Amino acid sequence: MFGTDRTEEQKLSPKVTDEGNMLRDITLGQYYPADSVIHKLDPRVKITGTFLYIISLFLVRDIWGYAVALAFLASMIFISKVPVSYMVRGLKGILFILLFTAAFNIFFTPGEVIWSFWKIHATREGLRIAIRMVIRLIFLVMGTSIMTLTTTPNQLTDGLEKVLRPLRHIGVPVHEVAMMMSIALSFIPILIEELDKIMKAQSARGADFESKKLSVRMKSMVPVLVPLFVSAFRRAGDLANAMEARCYHGGEGRTRMKPLRYVKRDLLAYLILLIYLALVILAGILF
Amino acid sequence: MSIIADHLSYIYSAGTAYEVKALNDVSFKIEDGEYVGLLGHTGSGKSTLVQVLDGLLKASEGTVYVDGEDIFDKDYPLKSLRSKVGIVFQYPEYQLFEADVFSDVCFGPANLGLERSEVELRAYEALKQVGLRDEAFYQSPFDLSGGEKRRVAIAGVLAMKPKVLILDEPTAGLDPAGRKWILELVARLRKENGMTIILVSHSMDDLAENAERLMVMDKGHIAMDGRPKEVFRYHKELFEMGLDIPEVVKVLYMLRENGVNVNTDAITVREAAEEIRKAIRPA
Repeated sequence: MFGTDRTEEQKLSPKVTDEGNMLRDITLGQYYPADSVIHKLDPRVKITGTFLYIISLFLVRDIWGYAVALAFLASMIFISKVPVSYMVRGLKGILFILLFTAAFNIFFTPGEVIWSFWKIHATREGLRIAIRMVIRLIFLVMGTSIMTLTTTPNQLTDGLEKVLRPLRHIGVPVHEVAMMMSIALSFIPILIEELDKIMKAQSARGADFESKKLSVRMKSMVPVLVPLFVSAFRRAGDLANAMEARCYHGGEGRTRMKPLRYVKRDLLAYLILLIYLALVILAGILF
Repeated sequence: MSIIADHLSYIYSAGTAYEVKALNDVSFKIEDGEYVGLLGHTGSGKSTLVQVLDGLLKASEGTVYVDGEDIFDKDYPLKSLRSKVGIVFQYPEYQLFEADVFSDVCFGPANLGLERSEVELRAYEALKQVGLRDEAFYQSPFDLSGGEKRRVAIAGVLAMKPKVLILDEPTAGLDPAGRKWILELVARLRKENGMTIILVSHSMDDLAENAERLMVMDKGHIAMDGRPKEVFRYHKELFEMGLDIPEVVKVLYMLRENGVNVNTDAITVREAAEEIRKAIRPA
C-alpha cells in the first residue's frame, strides 16, 4: 500500500473518490494516467525539473526568454499526453490571484499614463509588468501541473524523500515525514470512500445534507463526522498494529521493494533540462 | 410494494479517464412480498444497483418505479421513499453515532418528521424486534459487542418501517450464530410484517436456504433471474462469473460423477439429504 506499486495506486486513486454522486467533484491529487515518457520519468527528475523551471522563469527578462519558456512548456505538455484542458483547469484556482496581480500592477506602477479614470491611472510600465507577472504565474502553475498530473502522489513522496535525503544530516526526519505523507495520501481515498458510505447510510435514514438552511446542514454533519472519526481511529490502530507486526522500526537500514533508479531516459531528461536552462540564459544575454 | 427497474444504467465518473459503466440496461420487476437474493462477484454492480433502487444514486439512464411512482421524477419527494425502502448497508454498525443506543435508533424516524412519542415507540419496537437486551438501550453503542452493534444498526433502519428492506451482505463478519440470527430475523420480518426483501449476499448457502428468487449480476447487467433451483443448474456459467453454487449441490454433482445416480436439483441441506437417501436406498 505504501510502496510504489503503480497498479495498486491507480486502483486506489481517483476512481474511488468518484464512488457516488455526493463526492463526485472531489478529485484527489490530479494524477492523469497516460502512457508517456514524462509519466515514466523518475520522480526525482520531475521534481528537479519543475524546480529548475520555476527558477528559470525568474531569470527570464524579455520576450525571447518567455518564448523559450513557452516552447519548453508546450513541448512538455505535448509529450506528456495530458489534455491541455486539464492543465488549464489548474489555472482556475489562481484566477483571482491573476486578476489581483494584474490590476495591482497596472494601476499602482508609476509611469506614463495611458488611461485614467477619476483617481485611477493605468500606466504603460504597469501594463508591461502586469503582463509579465501574469505570464510568469501561468507558466509557473502549468509547469507544476505537469509534475502533479504525470506523477502519482506516492511516487512524488518517494522522489521527495530521495531528493531531501541530505537534510537528514542536519536532523530533519526525512524518512518519517515521507512515511507520514505517504500514509496520509493512501488514506485520503479510503477515508473519502468511507465518508461517502456513511453519508449514504445516513441519508438512507433520512438525514438531510442538501438543506438550504446552514443550521440544518451543520447539524447533519454530526451523524457523519462521529462515525468517520471512529473509523479513522480504528484504521489508524489497525495500521499501527500491522506495521508493528512486520517489525517496522523507522527508516534506519530500510531497503525498498522498488528502489528509484535512474535509467537512460532520466539522464537524457537532465541533459534536456540543462540545455533549456542554457537557452534561457543565452536568450537573456544575446537579446 | 412493487419495484420496477426500467432500463437502468449508471456510469461512474462519466466523461473522465476513469469512466466505468457499473449498470448497463438493467430491467426487472420485484413483486410485493418477494424474497429476492441478489448475487454477483465484487464489482458486478450489485451495490450500485441497490443504491439506485433507494434513490441514493441517480440513474444515468432509465428509472425506478416504486409503487408505480417514478422516484427520479423531480417532483417525487425522495424523503417519502425513505419510509418505503430501507437499506441496511454492509457493516452497518459503522454508522452508529449517538451517545446512546436508543437515540441512535430514533434518528431515522425523527428525520421522517414524526411526533416524538411515535418516534420513541418505533425505536422501542425496533429494538425489541432485533432482540436487544433491555440494559443495552441506554448504553453507548460503542460499548456493545460487534453482533449487538449490528442489531442496533438494523433496528435503526427498521424503525423507519420500510415496506421494502434491502440488506447488503448483512451476515459479513458474523459468527455462525449471528448469521443464523440475521437470516431468521429477515425471514420473520417478511412473514410477520409482509416486507419485500432484497438480500445481497456472497453466500450461496444462505441464498439457497432463504431466497425464492435469485438475480445474478455480471458486468453491470442481470445475467440470470429465476428460482434458486433453476439458477444453480447453471453451475458452469456461475463459475465463469466468479461465483459458486451451494456446497451441498457440489456434493450432489460429485456423487453423480462417482456413479451415484442422484437427483442434483436439491439445493438445501435438507433436500439434498433426502435425495441422497433416495439414491442409495430406493424405497
